[in-house]
Amino acid sequence: MFAWPAYNTLVVLAGASLLGMAGGLVGSFAVLRRRSLLGDALAHAALPGLCLAFLLVGRRSLPAMQAGALATGVLGVIVIALLRRATRVKEDAAIGIVLSVAFGAGVVLLRYIQNETTEGSKAGLDAYLFGKTAGMIAADVVFIAAVAALCAAAVLILFKELKLVAFDSAFAHVQGWPTLSLDLLLLGLIAVSVVISLPAVGVVLTAALLILPGAAARFWTSRLDRLLVVAMLFGLLTGAIGTLISAQVAGLPAGPLIVLVGAALFLISALAGPRRGAVARWIALTLQRRQLAKQRLLIALYEASDLAKTQGLLPGAQVITAGALAVSEAMPIAKARRDVRAGQRAGLLDRAGAWTERGASQALAAVRAQRICRQALRDYPELMVSRFDLDYSAAVADLPRELLETIELKLRREGAWPDNPRSGMTAGTSP
Amino acid sequence: MNVLGVHLSEATLWSMAVGIVTNVACAVLGCHLVLRRLSLLGDAISHAVLPGIVVGYLLSGSLGVLTMLAGAWAAAILTSLLTDSLTRYGNVPEDASMGVVFTSLFALGVVLVSRYARNVHIDADCVLYGLIDTAALDVVAVARWYVPRVLLTLAPVLLATLVFLAVFWKELKLTSFDPALAAALGFRPRMVHYLFMGMVATVTVASFEAVGSILVIAMLIVPAATAQLLTDRLLRMVVAAACVGAISAIVGCWGAVRWNTSAAGMMAVVAGGQFAVAVCFAPRYGLLSKLWHTWQLGLRIVGEDVVARLFRAEELARSAPRTTALTAPARAGHLARLAGGPIAGRLALAQLWWRGDVAFRGDTGLTLTERGRRLAQMLVRGHRLWESYLGEHFALPLDHLHEPAERLEHYLGPRLQEQLAEELAEPGRDPHGREIPPSA
Repeated sequence: MFAWPAYNTLVVLAGASLLGMAGGLVGSFAVLRRRSLLGDALAHAALPGLCLAFLLVGRRSLPAMQAGALATGVLGVIVIALLRRATRVKEDAAIGIVLSVAFGAGVVLLRYIQNETTEGSKAGLDAYLFGKTAGMIAADVVFIAAVAALCAAAVLILFKELKLVAFDSAFAHVQGWPTLSLDLLLLGLIAVSVVISLPAVGVVLTAALLILPGAAARFWTSRLDRLLVVAMLFGLLTGAIGTLISAQVAGLPAGPLIVLVGAALFLISALAGPRRGAVARWIALTLQRRQLAKQRLLIALYEASDLAKTQGLLPGAQVITAGALAVSEAMPIAKARRDVRAGQRAGLLDRAGAWTERGASQALAAVRAQRICRQALRDYPELMVSRFDLDYSAAVADLPRELLETIELKLRREGAWPDNPRSGMTAGTSP
Repeated sequence: MNVLGVHLSEATLWSMAVGIVTNVACAVLGCHLVLRRLSLLGDAISHAVLPGIVVGYLLSGSLGVLTMLAGAWAAAILTSLLTDSLTRYGNVPEDASMGVVFTSLFALGVVLVSRYARNVHIDADCVLYGLIDTAALDVVAVARWYVPRVLLTLAPVLLATLVFLAVFWKELKLTSFDPALAAALGFRPRMVHYLFMGMVATVTVASFEAVGSILVIAMLIVPAATAQLLTDRLLRMVVAAACVGAISAIVGCWGAVRWNTSAAGMMAVVAGGQFAVAVCFAPRYGLLSKLWHTWQLGLRIVGEDVVARLFRAEELARSAPRTTALTAPARAGHLARLAGGPIAGRLALAQLWWRGDVAFRGDTGLTLTERGRRLAQMLVRGHRLWESYLGEHFALPLDHLHEPAERLEHYLGPRLQEQLAEELAEPGRDPHGREIPPSA
């Protein structure tokens, strides 16, 4: 059963939530600025710094180790930038090289400490690999809160500038904003939020805490201010739920659990997000397909009834048969039968196959939109090319009124302006 | 065996052998990863195969190679597909989608390892460090030797990698360097890509036991990137990468014994060290050689400016002998400072003197030798030809002609000068009215 968490757990919960919020806030900018994997490199490069600080101080001291982590992490990012600028090494290779070599160096130092020093085995440096939230004390949480507040303050003060750089840094540069300094500031924010997350989430997976909330929030909104709020909320949930699970289940490192919670939130967002989510996109796509199918059906039925009327193919002419449809649209008879049945099911045609009032008016609208669209495409291609749409009524919806009237006149003159398909019926059959 | 004060036991030598095989297999494949700029996809796959391996292990209940391989392939394909579809359908930036996919899969793998595979053959330590240090503890008898079991899976993988590279050499080369051309020629770059990524996944899985899941990427990328700095030819790059990988393995194992630490980590560090050396000292792309070339170019330009100035002074002395201030014997130091500052100027002067382009005489100061005069004549000719060309073809005011010509005169060889002269129909004078000297 779920037990009400003890004081220690509450402390850890607060700490992890704050970490998540800071990660979400800073990470959103990293994701938008296409700097996601820099956080990963930074986290891996922090490992040798942690170990070196431990070797130098000679015991486990959180401030010293975080300073060391910050130093080598930032050094790693600088090396990436220099490699990219000054050599023929590409950015992806530079990130990979720094990440893996620094991590290798960290592993070497870690093993050395464990094998060669007496207190090394007890120091729990292992916890820095995959993270351990249990060791968090109130002082740590205060420190995390201070750093998180610092990040929040920086983002609040420089919101406009960071927004501009995140979305269009070339434009920002041309406008005279100090893009380099802003990028460095962003890098600094990433660095401090990575370093404070290291003890809880571990060097291997800290980057996820930066990337996941921001990337998940992106599915819910397209406004930066809302994005930041949602990302912070996701970060909070990620940290809190991950910590709760790791407190309930013994023997599992906290980092991977936190990341899995974040991944679950991401998955939910990717599926359920409005507009951008998979479900919303699927629904929109299905609706559009249905709309297009109906449009095609209306036009095909109209053409069939038009042909029957003008050619006098069928006596009476009010009834659309599969045969007439097959002839007019040059389609297989089986498909024509299906179409007629579909029209009857949709209430466009009555049982006998004659237009219902609703069907007639809808068909008339669809065919008019199609003819206008085609004529406009011929006469005003430069206007139509940008709005060319498979959905005719959407394509002509916002054309200027005078233009529509001109086209209508022209079509009337050519005898191509569609009439209500029921109008040709005799007075007796039509109510 | 005792090497440089370190006793290498038979176990260490076996570790070394395992390291060499792993590193060489990774390094030769890594060349194409680096060339295709897929280093990070390699990183992602090496992380993401972990859950595949664990699930394969849990299903089969043993560390059977084939189940693990199947799991890893599935994970690698899943990574590729998820990353692609997140980017394409979810509008997630490519780096972020990669970061999302591989961290999530890796986290899943670590949780699975910790929860279900604890204290059996794979554990968190193995994920991080690999078992290369203790490779010799788990041996299989082959003929008269006891060979580490890991080596028995790794050696065929190395062989398969080499065969794969040899068979698809042409296809890989073409798709790595020019995928558009490859597609136009009908080589199916996407299929080659997936085949290649499958091979990367195979090597990653095989190396997983030896060096762990994270350090594989060091074996894949670092030797290849080092080799790329050393050469421009693919075959040489592959061979160089293999050498770098082998050296990393040998020195890494030695260092691991020397400092009593992780061999896999040490191999990554040694590879990184070789990369750093290549970055600094590579013959063509190294920082030092770049610096040297820039410095040499600078000296040449300063020297050429000095001789051209002397040439103009001689010209002036001939046409207007009375303007003594300008025709007075050129003081070497003054001239050099004008052209390139105190240090570079003096060095450039020394170089000119050493080559016999200028001579120092007590009474007249610095003068051109016959050889120097020829050099200067070519330079001034180039300068004035370019001014004429600019004046002819661009609507530039007269006082804007000198500067571009001053910059370009150092790069106008005899052939280009000839073409310019031909184009301008051998002009006698430049737009300023000065005589264009004939070709020396």
